[in-house]
Amino acid sequence: MTVSDDVMVDHDGGASSPRGVVTALWTKVRRGEATLLPILLGLAVLVIYFQIRNSVFLSAGNLTNLFVQATIFILLAMAETWLLLLGEIDLSVGYVAALGATTAVILLDAQFHWPWYLAILLAIAVTTAIGVLQGLIIIKLRLPSFIVTLAGLLGWEGVLIFFVDRQGTGGTIPVQEKVLYDLVNGNLSPLATWIFTAASLMIFSWSILRKDQSRRASGLEAVPTAVTILKVAALVVAGIILVLIFNTNRGTFTVLHGMPYAIPVDFVMLTGGGFILTRTKAGRYIYAIGGNPEAARRAGVAVDRYRLLAFTLTGVTAGVAGLIYASRLGGISDGVDGGNLVLLAVASAVIGGTSLFGGRGKIIHAVIGGMVIATIYNGMALINMSAATQFIATALVLLVAVTMDSVARRSTATR
Amino acid sequence: MTTTPGSTGSAMPREDMGTGDPGAVAPPLLQLRGISKNFGAVEALKRVDLDVPRGVVTALIGDNGAGKSTLIKAIAGIYPPSSGEIYWEGERVSLHSPRAAEALGIATVYQDLALCDNLDIVQNMYLGHEATKHLTLDEITMELETRRVLNELSVSTVRSVRQLVGSLSGGQRQAVAVARAVMHESKLVIMDEPTAALGVSQTAQVLELITQLASRGIAVLVISHNLNDVFAVADRIAVMYLGTLVESGPISQYDTTRAVELITTGGGLRTNTDGSTR
Repeated sequence: MTVSDDVMVDHDGGASSPRGVVTALWTKVRRGEATLLPILLGLAVLVIYFQIRNSVFLSAGNLTNLFVQATIFILLAMAETWLLLLGEIDLSVGYVAALGATTAVILLDAQFHWPWYLAILLAIAVTTAIGVLQGLIIIKLRLPSFIVTLAGLLGWEGVLIFFVDRQGTGGTIPVQEKVLYDLVNGNLSPLATWIFTAASLMIFSWSILRKDQSRRASGLEAVPTAVTILKVAALVVAGIILVLIFNTNRGTFTVLHGMPYAIPVDFVMLTGGGFILTRTKAGRYIYAIGGNPEAARRAGVAVDRYRLLAFTLTGVTAGVAGLIYASRLGGISDGVDGGNLVLLAVASAVIGGTSLFGGRGKIIHAVIGGMVIATIYNGMALINMSAATQFIATALVLLVAVTMDSVARRSTATR
Repeated sequence: MTTTPGSTGSAMPREDMGTGDPGAVAPPLLQLRGISKNFGAVEALKRVDLDVPRGVVTALIGDNGAGKSTLIKAIAGIYPPSSGEIYWEGERVSLHSPRAAEALGIATVYQDLALCDNLDIVQNMYLGHEATKHLTLDEITMELETRRVLNELSVSTVRSVRQLVGSLSGGQRQAVAVARAVMHESKLVIMDEPTAALGVSQTAQVLELITQLASRGIAVLVISHNLNDVFAVADRIAVMYLGTLVESGPISQYDTTRAVELITTGGGLRTNTDGSTR
């Protein structure tokens, strides 16, 4: 099945030697195809700055805290990503998440006492249903998602306040059930942390190696083995460092170690979302619709069906985010600032490299962007910066990210 | 350019193309008889007769508003005709939807090309027709097939089939759009102004590509404003004027002066030089 290489030279623009890889990478950065690299560099700069200003920053305790803080931004940004890829937006996602959390918290408290898995399932079902409902309104009535979800932002806050206040617990419902509480506050044992990390690394490395191998076997240009091995090695090193951080005792009075449960939750959502986007027709169609809906329609793609799917996935992801949010706060209150949450979610996705204009972005961008936002908040609190400075700094990072997005878009559009 | 293995049918000798005579061996791939299309009171097409034979490039020319676009949209199933008959491989068919046209093997490459700039060449080629294995996308099969088709069409200028379409030149984009039509085993490829937005060398590439298609036995129907391109690439010519098809016949019976005259005045008479249709 080998195809002669005289015509189509390569897979990645000369990426057949390690040096070629570097050149190809640089070309990709300039074209805006490799959005991950600049933002990772930016994150590194932030980390170094905060570490110099306060040596507590890179301590195991603070880093673990940072990862947990980032989780809510990451998950909400993932929820937003499904719609950003279509060139749509969901402004209601913060309150929808909170509403899901409220469902779970109410069902788990003394009055109803549902088993945790049913309560969690119903919470996610509620947010999914809201996603579908908003999606149907937007698609069937051909309304802009910005306006419909703006109505959602207002409306779902009202519903949230209604249900929380109806409980008669003074505007806050605490999480009393152990599983939901432990979602953020509980940890895997150090051994389980090792096992989970090793298993994840094995799955990732296996899929990378297998992809390379099957490309080579089919006579297609693949990245050099040395580069692949380097990539896998870097992943393994990162994984080991993470485990060492999580497994260091960070308790002051009692021993506290292990990976918070929230991290595997992030990981499952990342892997699942990434799988849908890169390996399935649905993912391919979401990109196509975001890039050129008319082209997708003419190619026979059932555009409305896949748009609805994206709204559904946003609902599912928002449900998971809400559970994490309630767990972290130890309850849900009628004062949840869903407006601020959604803005940070969109900021996270865009900072990570997902385009606001549709068609470009990845689930991993939500992770990186969420980490950047969490790092700014965490680091600035550590060096005692005022809330005013925190907001302004976040704004500047967002502006830089959006500018990069726009520049990349224009450079791709030149032909 | 040799005939490529695996292509269906072979290029017909030029002498016996496009004749609707009862004695002809096989009917032309597509035959339009008395096609009319009304948009309210406006008669966009008036009793159009046209034959589109296999392995031949037919150029559809005419001034703005002559009905060229309406005619190809009727063939592509976008504007089903108000009246008239369409025969495909001699059988009467109804092209009531783009899907129906596609199912027969009619592919249309519109002027806007309908490509997704944010997807790479392989992804665009397979959009809506992805190959899957165990319910997941089979990228390797799709990439190999894309490379095979582009190689066969001698599209040699793209850096990589994993390049984003947004970064391609106009000629390359046209090539991807055409290759997509070829890959889906189309028997008739309709192209709307394929060279309108292109520079000199890219136009040459696209014309070469059109010739390639015909040599594979595919019927090609090209709309063009550019008579230089038409005379460079077409085997047959069909002239439209105010919704009617005024003349059609082998290109050898025309020159630029005659073509311009027909386009601008309709020639006054409605005859077909090869007497194929009435």
